Amino acid sequence: MATKVTSAVMREGLSVLGVAIRAEWAVFTAAVLSSAVYGGMTVASAWALGWAAENAVLPAFAQGRAAAGALWTGVLLILGTALLKAIGIAGRRIWAGTMQYNMQARSRREVTRQYLRLPLAWHHRHPTGQLLSNASSDAEAAWAPLAPLPMAVGVIVMLLVAAVAMVVTDPVLALVGFLIFPAIAVLNLVYQRRLSPLATRAQQLRAEVSEIAHESFDGALVVKTLGREEEETERFRRRAHELRDANIAVGRVRGLFDPLLEALPTLGVLVVLAVGAHRLAGGSISSGELVQVAYLFTLLAFPIRALGWVLAELPRSVVGWRRVRQVLEATGSMEYGQARLQGDGAAALEVKELSYAYGEDPERLVLREVGFEVPAGRTVALVGPTGSGKSTLVQTLVRLVDPLAGQVRLDGVDLREIAYGGIAESVALVPQQTFLFDDTVRGNVTLGLPVDDQEVWAALRLAQADGFVSRLPQGLDTRVGERGATLSGGQRQRLALARAVVRRPRLLILDDATSSVDPQVEARILQGLRGESATVVLVAYRMATIALADEVIYLEHGRVVDRGTHEQLLARCQGYRNLVTAYEREEAERAAVEAGEGVSA
Amino acid sequence: MSQVVEGTRISRNAEGSALGTVRRGLALTPEFRKGLLGTLALAVAATAGKIIVPIAVQQTIDTGLQSATPDLAYISRAVGLCAVAVLVTMLAGYAMNVRLYRATESSLATLRVRGFRHVHDLSVLTQNTERRGALVSRVTGDVDQISTFMQWGGLMIIVACGQVLVATVLMLVYSWQLTLLVWGCFLPLVIALPRFQRWLSSAYTTVRERTGDMLAAVSESVVGAAVIRAYGSERRTGERIDAAIEANRRAQIRAQKIVATVFPLTEVVAAVAISGIVLLGVHLGLGGHITAGRLVAFLFLITLFVSPLQIATEVLNEAQNAVAGWRRVLGVLDTPPDVADPGQDGVELPRGPISVAFEDVTFAYPGGEPVLKEVTVTVPPRTRVAVVGETGSGKTTFAKLLTRLMDPVSGRVTVDGVDLRRVCFSSLRERIVMVPQDGFLFDGTLADNIRYGKPGATDEEITLALTELGLADWLEGLPDGLETKVGQRGESLSAGERQLVALARAYLADPDLLLLDEATSAVDPATEVRLARALEGVTRGRTAITIAHRLSTAENADEVLVFDAGRLVQRGPHAELVRQDGVYADLHASWVSAART
Repeated sequence: MATKVTSAVMREGLSVLGVAIRAEWAVFTAAVLSSAVYGGMTVASAWALGWAAENAVLPAFAQGRAAAGALWTGVLLILGTALLKAIGIAGRRIWAGTMQYNMQARSRREVTRQYLRLPLAWHHRHPTGQLLSNASSDAEAAWAPLAPLPMAVGVIVMLLVAAVAMVVTDPVLALVGFLIFPAIAVLNLVYQRRLSPLATRAQQLRAEVSEIAHESFDGALVVKTLGREEEETERFRRRAHELRDANIAVGRVRGLFDPLLEALPTLGVLVVLAVGAHRLAGGSISSGELVQVAYLFTLLAFPIRALGWVLAELPRSVVGWRRVRQVLEATGSMEYGQARLQGDGAAALEVKELSYAYGEDPERLVLREVGFEVPAGRTVALVGPTGSGKSTLVQTLVRLVDPLAGQVRLDGVDLREIAYGGIAESVALVPQQTFLFDDTVRGNVTLGLPVDDQEVWAALRLAQADGFVSRLPQGLDTRVGERGATLSGGQRQRLALARAVVRRPRLLILDDATSSVDPQVEARILQGLRGESATVVLVAYRMATIALADEVIYLEHGRVVDRGTHEQLLARCQGYRNLVTAYEREEAERAAVEAGEGVSA
Repeated sequence: MSQVVEGTRISRNAEGSALGTVRRGLALTPEFRKGLLGTLALAVAATAGKIIVPIAVQQTIDTGLQSATPDLAYISRAVGLCAVAVLVTMLAGYAMNVRLYRATESSLATLRVRGFRHVHDLSVLTQNTERRGALVSRVTGDVDQISTFMQWGGLMIIVACGQVLVATVLMLVYSWQLTLLVWGCFLPLVIALPRFQRWLSSAYTTVRERTGDMLAAVSESVVGAAVIRAYGSERRTGERIDAAIEANRRAQIRAQKIVATVFPLTEVVAAVAISGIVLLGVHLGLGGHITAGRLVAFLFLITLFVSPLQIATEVLNEAQNAVAGWRRVLGVLDTPPDVADPGQDGVELPRGPISVAFEDVTFAYPGGEPVLKEVTVTVPPRTRVAVVGETGSGKTTFAKLLTRLMDPVSGRVTVDGVDLRRVCFSSLRERIVMVPQDGFLFDGTLADNIRYGKPGATDEEITLALTELGLADWLEGLPDGLETKVGQRGESLSAGERQLVALARAYLADPDLLLLDEATSAVDPATEVRLARALEGVTRGRTAITIAHRLSTAENADEVLVFDAGRLVQRGPHAELVRQDGVYADLHASWVSAART
């Protein structure tokens, strides 16, 4: 999706630059001043060279004797301007880089702050990949033009000084410059406008090629077991060839314009020589001045392209900044009350006429007027078929999302009235999908909670995780996640469980949190949990898990269909019976069939 | 820089000298070598354009301006000739660029596709999750690095060397003394370049590492959104992210400072050289050893030294990256597929009931303990077998050997009496299909994913397959039916639903042996039972092997294979095994207690 290079985009791009300049004005000023020194000294160095030629070199050849004073002055001028120019370049590059990286870091901080601040419902509405690229490549693209920006400003200074210098030297030669340099600038602009969409397309295809490789390698087991390697290669080949063609298209434009942009100033110098010779013959200029102007043309030829670089980056920058701003401007946050939860030990939970809909669209209700209460210290199982709303319900219990209507009360206090951080102090959720941080085992269990290792080990023991953790190379200090030890699904679930129990929560919520753990191990974990003084809400399929509960709440299509003890529900609730006794019934039927066969045999 | 892919037997042949790597790399990309000489010739012609200005200046000053009245006709002729030369070299530059881009892009596209295909033949892919990211970059980032180098850095090296060379030649023609002086000034810089490059390279390496850390930290705020909120650890996570962003910013600025300091050094050296030329040149001129025009031409020739040296550190850095990238790509290509397709020479198995035999099969990952030990078992055609055992007992290894995702270290696996290693892949994949536990889906619609099992299947066939599996209700419940978008890796569906799609996909492939690796573990019990029944119907007449995680599967099977610590410890029908003391009885007891406490 190449953004067309229109004047509207350019205007927006310049306003993006304005944002950065306002934010980092000190660094920007330093960079621009350095760049102005660089620009001025570039012209000055040509002037110094011309001066040396005019006053020291050419007279020496003409007169057959060197004027030592002029010679040394010339040398000092050359060295002095070069040194200042070098300092200007270094300063410009350092501060331009600093500005760019500062802005990148600033956007990344702001974006991730938003990610942490915005409610979970907002996260649900945005694909993971998009959010990650907002913080990485979009933040990078938004500020990419900052790198060449000070140089471009310096070049403008350079051109102004050069224009003055040329006019002062000789208006006719200056005219050549006034024709050649705008031509270079215009040509470069045309170049960047032609290149920009092609480069964007190549970039896009590069991402797509990478995406195919990622997906295909991730799905290798499927590809291989179904013998689809050739088809996958064909899919990859098609995109790789599109990328090849796109890159060649880029190369064609580069190949045309790069030599053209080099030839133009060279032709300019030749014109200067031809015209200059006439002016020299007419006595309007000296030969030193001719050398100076010719040299200036050589020096200006390259930097003038910096103007084009900034303009070339602007469309990409605009797209990046729009995406970053979308995150920054996203509104909606959770409002918190002032209430603090008093008391120790298990907490009482009450859910009243709670409804929830995705996207707050009343047409898409996933929970309908759900109500139940769990007295302190009791254990309740939430049971229902896939898609009945259990996980959503669980999210409202810890206020990851707010309900559309109704309320959740903890010890009689509406969750929305509890102060920020108050819920996490009392309630711990172990979600269905385990998430571990790229941190040590200890860091993953404590998440910054000030507890000693003894308590960590106690939690690990309860979660039946002490065994494998003690066998890890660095024990509690072993890093898990991205670049650390690889743990099995069951081991990861047990760490997540330890994370919850180490906080001694007053309400513990397990959302099918032991599904990857062997049944024997799960039984031991559940036995251990009985000893904790906490109210427990658990989502489960396994009978052993359900049997742990004092009461079962059976959900279907987002409604509480029935509630009672396991036995009561078995006796009176058809849907519940069908779900939890599915295995048993199957077995019984099979036994009956076998018995039948036995009889007939 | 992570070398090749560790862990499995990725070849290290590609290591060795940089030159050797480049030579081998070129050998693999014939498109690049074709016409290379022509491209080089054009590059030389294009480079020659750089000395036109100094020559023109010299001619103008020495010939045209010698007398008091300039020879305007001569100057016009000389300048006109030079202008023609400029246009010619410009065209040469255009032709060279186009040829270069076409050659490099074509050759690298070939390399990319070849690498991709080869990676799919490597068993690392199915064994080692963490290495997949590294393999992806073999066919993306590593190849891109080579491409950037060939089109910019590599070209620059040629252009820069050519530029410095022609400048030096012309200088020597004008004055050997001044040439020595110029080289005397620039040589120390040239010698110092590799050192600068090392600084820069280590600074860039740090930047890359910090960027990786930063991206990992940032991703936690997105992927871990629920956990972070549930545990109120927004601040802690925010601080970790900020620290990673800050470390990345510092590393970037540090690298920038090195580049910014090294880059303008050349300007200073050039000024010293120019001063020397002015001083020595005038001295030589007074002795009649050099003309004014030639002296001034020297001042222009110096500028040809500046740009190559300014960019040299970055070009060297790129060259290093490109060689490393090349080495990594070659490392993958040089790795022989450990599970090779016999292809044309392979045996085609006729379709029909299938029998499988393991003969004294042992398997160990490279450098590891055996995970499957001396397993011997025969599965007759049309049997339904359940494989049970605790986590790590060797069940999944058994399945992978049976589908030939890996080959045994010793012993052999046969189908219908033929060694699996002799069966050609196309025949094998048609007859034996495995449904893995993790129902991986491709980004696309439900229909696309199910059709993956049988390309060209119509929507009717797909719907029929789902109906036969007892999933018609589920399909009807989906708002967009078969056109439901499953999202990246099937994200939009629940884990259970993904398994349903994976199962339908395998079923549509219509294999003679269906291997289910805990393929319905995330499905709710009622659905699972429905599925199990449907499968019982549809696998009738086929051989079916199920890695089971619950009792009823084992009870329903004709035969149960019990694995423990890599060994096949028990086998027989459920009713028989449950009466024996042993691993199965223990497992059974724990299942029973889990299901009916």
